[in-house]
Amino acid sequence: MRNILIIGATSAIAEATARRFAAGGARFHLVGRHAERLAAIARDLEIRSGQPVTQESIDLDQLDQHPALLERADQALGGIDIALIAHGALPDQNACQQSVTATLAAIHTNALSVISLATLLANMFERRGRGTLIAIGSVAGDRGRQSNYVYGAAKGMISLFLQGLRNRLSRKGVQVLTVKPGFVDTPMTAAFEKKGLLWAQPDRIAQGIVAAVERGRDEVYLPWFWRWIMLIILHIPERLFKRLNL
Amino acid sequence: MSTTAPASWGRYPSSQPRCLLPCRDAQMPTLPAEPQFCLPFGNGRSYGDVCLNNGGTLLLARGLDRFIAFDPATGILRAEAGVLLSEILALIVPQGWFLSVTPGTQMITLGGAIANDVHGKNHHWAGSFGCHVRAFELRRSTGERLLCTPAQNADWFRATVGGLGLTGLITWVEIQLQRIANPWIVAENRRFASLDEFLALNAEYEARYPYTVSWIDCAARGRVLGRGIYMAGMHAPPGLMKSPPPERRALTVPFAPPVSLVNNLSVRWFNRLYYHLPRPARGLTPYQPFFYPLDNLLEWNRLYGRRGFFQYQCVIPPAAAREALREILARIAASGQGSMLAVLKRFGDKTSGGLLSFPRPGFTLALDFPNLGQKTLDLLGSLDEVTRQAGGAVYPAKDARMSGDSFRRYFPQWAEFSRYIDPRFSSSFWRRVMKN
Repeated sequence: MRNILIIGATSAIAEATARRFAAGGARFHLVGRHAERLAAIARDLEIRSGQPVTQESIDLDQLDQHPALLERADQALGGIDIALIAHGALPDQNACQQSVTATLAAIHTNALSVISLATLLANMFERRGRGTLIAIGSVAGDRGRQSNYVYGAAKGMISLFLQGLRNRLSRKGVQVLTVKPGFVDTPMTAAFEKKGLLWAQPDRIAQGIVAAVERGRDEVYLPWFWRWIMLIILHIPERLFKRLNL
Repeated sequence: MSTTAPASWGRYPSSQPRCLLPCRDAQMPTLPAEPQFCLPFGNGRSYGDVCLNNGGTLLLARGLDRFIAFDPATGILRAEAGVLLSEILALIVPQGWFLSVTPGTQMITLGGAIANDVHGKNHHWAGSFGCHVRAFELRRSTGERLLCTPAQNADWFRATVGGLGLTGLITWVEIQLQRIANPWIVAENRRFASLDEFLALNAEYEARYPYTVSWIDCAARGRVLGRGIYMAGMHAPPGLMKSPPPERRALTVPFAPPVSLVNNLSVRWFNRLYYHLPRPARGLTPYQPFFYPLDNLLEWNRLYGRRGFFQYQCVIPPAAAREALREILARIAASGQGSMLAVLKRFGDKTSGGLLSFPRPGFTLALDFPNLGQKTLDLLGSLDEVTRQAGGAVYPAKDARMSGDSFRRYFPQWAEFSRYIDPRFSSSFWRRVMKN
């Protein structure tokens, strides 16, 4: 049985992933903002896993709270085996363009707080010589587009940061996994018209995450076809790309 | 949690809701402004239009999918109303429990099971799903929050069980499960050559087996009218089987062909083959193929083509059953419109008390019909004549076409029921049967 810390546990992808882990035997400590929803998820996971679940509700934007937060999580679990960092918020791109405050707030939530947590967890895992660190990036982080480059920049920062961590920890027995989901049908994307083949259900992403952990993967696009879509998108020359309506 | 426009299982009628409202926490979401009507939508497995709300709002209840409590000592389970029966089985079967009543698919929500007061192969022993509901919470658009049990708010309980989702949003449900020793079923199969033979077999098997159902060859006519295969089962006793059942692999029907693959010719040949196919008289089978033979063929409703299909399920009181069933089967065989999926079983005397519950003492026959337009509607209308005359009823969860007049005859408590409808709730079905 593995001890799993989930940060941003009320996100749809995190909840689906936790259920997949629960089926294989796991103990959870959940961290999130929405206390009532967190309690409902904890109760659900207790029944699915047959193990007690602990939880803490906190605003993850308060970076100075992070060390104590992780300390408590580690104690509650008796040692973290897997940490999934899944919190995030999709900012309104137009609002960000008009407001530096909104832009920096989005970067703070989606990138800086993740980097803070990842740094602390990486050091913990490095000391112990084992552990799995997972963070949810996005295909939006692979190339800047006018429709969501603030969110994209934050996700891109995570991706680059984890790449470095992975390089640093590769010989220390620590797995660092970057997950890059495409379009996922979740409450975060509720404003979008969700039709067509590109939209995936959270459980499909969850399945991919669990498989990537078992196989010791470094970076996964989910569902798999996004890897090829992004390969093409990354190879469009900037001279042309800048004129596209994306 | 899909937010594409939901359809019902029969793919008929088509419907365009104006707004889709995903539910995430066990409470009433903020409803859109009046005068739009709302309706909870579970997993879209009812066949006709009870789960549709053309031009209105659908509250997507599948998002309410968390377990709340499970006591493996008593078999009492509480979960949010959008949890699927398949998710419940995955949790409880390894712990030695089973649903007290299950319909022929496990892909339905708890809320849907209550709203249609679904039944299964053990109705003659256990009654309908509602008989095993200990409690649920009903949230109303008025802000009321009602805890309903057979004793507390009992009138709301009786209105909501079988209430087609119209009384409010069911947020969570508590049910009583039944003990099993293992996931296996002892099953018995017997061929019968006529309706009379079925009736004789049924009396004999019902006394011994909790689960009974018969497949009927609805293309057979004349001397062999009503021939079919009797299937009976019981949960295997302890010690009979230790190993877990093998994993089943699902196939998907990839798309709906322009015309139905189920037609007169394919049905006649399939039924003839299926009837004569040698099968073991008695054996052990995992519970999935016994209860859910079609859950392995995902999206099987597409086989009926783009125009969709109808299901006709009626119940006929015992005294009139023999004659009425003969007449119904004769009319179907003469029309050449039936399908492979035709089943017959007897409902027992136990009822949940739901005001609009369909199960009542008698014999129930269920058949699919590819949608061939007016020709099919005429046939089903003529079956309604027989059902009405015999004092029977047609199942709303399977219906897309019965007249308002027929509905009110089948469900005489409709007027009492309508007092409990949430002022902001309605459905395509309800608007249809309140007309004419």
